[in-house]
Amino acid sequence: MIDGKFAILAIESSCDETAAAVVLEGRDVRSNVISSQIDIHKAYGGVVPEIASRHHLDNVNWVCEKALADAGASMDDIDAIGVTYGPGLVGALLIGLATAKAYALATGKPLIGVHHIHGHICANYIEHKDLQPPFMALVISGGHTNIVEVTDYNELHVLGGTRDDAAGEAFDKVARVLGLGYPGGPLIDKIAKEGNPDAVEFKRVFLEKGSMDFSFSGIKTGVLNYVNSEKQAGREINIADVAAGFQQAVLDVVVAKTIDAALSLNKDKIVVAGGVAANSRLRGMLSAECEKHGLKLYHPSPILCTDNAAMIGCAAYYKYQAQGPDDLTLDAIPNLPL
Amino acid sequence: MTRIHIANEKDTEKLGERIGQQVQPGTVIALIGDLGTGKTTLTKSIARGLGVTETVTSPTFNIIREYRSGRLPLYHFDVYRIGDPDEMFELGYEEYFYGDGVCVVEWADIIEELLPEDAVVISIDRGASDEEREYEIEGEEDICIF
Repeated sequence: MIDGKFAILAIESSCDETAAAVVLEGRDVRSNVISSQIDIHKAYGGVVPEIASRHHLDNVNWVCEKALADAGASMDDIDAIGVTYGPGLVGALLIGLATAKAYALATGKPLIGVHHIHGHICANYIEHKDLQPPFMALVISGGHTNIVEVTDYNELHVLGGTRDDAAGEAFDKVARVLGLGYPGGPLIDKIAKEGNPDAVEFKRVFLEKGSMDFSFSGIKTGVLNYVNSEKQAGREINIADVAAGFQQAVLDVVVAKTIDAALSLNKDKIVVAGGVAANSRLRGMLSAECEKHGLKLYHPSPILCTDNAAMIGCAAYYKYQAQGPDDLTLDAIPNLPL
Repeated sequence: MTRIHIANEKDTEKLGERIGQQVQPGTVIALIGDLGTGKTTLTKSIARGLGVTETVTSPTFNIIREYRSGRLPLYHFDVYRIGDPDEMFELGYEEYFYGDGVCVVEWADIIEELLPEDAVVISIDRGASDEEREYEIEGEEDICIF
């Protein structure tokens, strides 16, 4: 216990970041340490899994120790260990999970396995102390694009997801085509501000009527075809216009489907989570639409949009309240369903 | 070696479905082709031919995705983000490549030296128009479609 409150040490290592945090009773974050690996990955234009797991291994101990020190706590003050066990890269997940299990075994404290996406949604409980379910959530990142109906802290219903690429993955791939580098999301967001979103029109893919699924592969191919044909014709490509047009095509679909989902299931709140939630255009468009329809919009600050362990500590708290601890046989599950 | 002209996405789907219907256990299908040449589209069609009912999504994030609802297990790899072929050992690739399922590997040129001798290698090039593709298939006897 810290200040008389239930304290969780949380660990996250599902993709790029090794992260640890100390969180009290779900929403009071006492430390949040993220060892960013973006620089290593820049050289490769994407996440390199083995590099990721090797660095997770180098980082995980000091990240946990720093999280405890930043919180002014020792292991004795901690009541439970929360950890991401999926989805993600298996080698990366295993480092965090093995560390959490070792702490749990050595100290006898309970282990709580957390779904990464549940964590992303919970980032909003930390940011907005008054936020409570029910609401409609949009989870949008490099690995995920889901519309999730949240009816209670631990009751999540996935209404739709991508049928090919995740939204953030499409941003990364298009950034690669345009020679912008990695990570693609922030770079496209930035350069698109200088472009005209109507200069180049890319097809919006809504799929069947009423479907809450997404498909971004066609938009990516559309950008490629456009770039190739312009090159063949010897015309110069306006990268800012292409980036703006692509971003607009993706976000038009994302925003329309999220608003539809909230309205059709009578939710008055929309909660955005995941790395792409930091996209300024997405925020602007959603906030305009929410205002139009009388919906309240919540999104986390950028530090809580990215992969972090504070959100895992929050999700672990609510899961533990409802379901108790997990067994030490808990395994990493790369394609863990929500 | 067999060359196939693909006129549009429908052709890709037809070819993929036939591969999925005919492919034998233990086959590794290596796909080589640039971004946007239809590697994932072809894989989705192979999955359909195998009778996979789950939605086949891009494996870029997780490197490997497994599907077990078809007549054979399907292991879908995207090795684009593999920096060094050695990293494939960390993923336990031998269990997949030399198992009883069907492996489809996108960006297979990156791990060329690890591909089994009898892998079916499909190289995809852009054709004259946006829709067209030129396929070059090696080791095609193992997919029994010709």
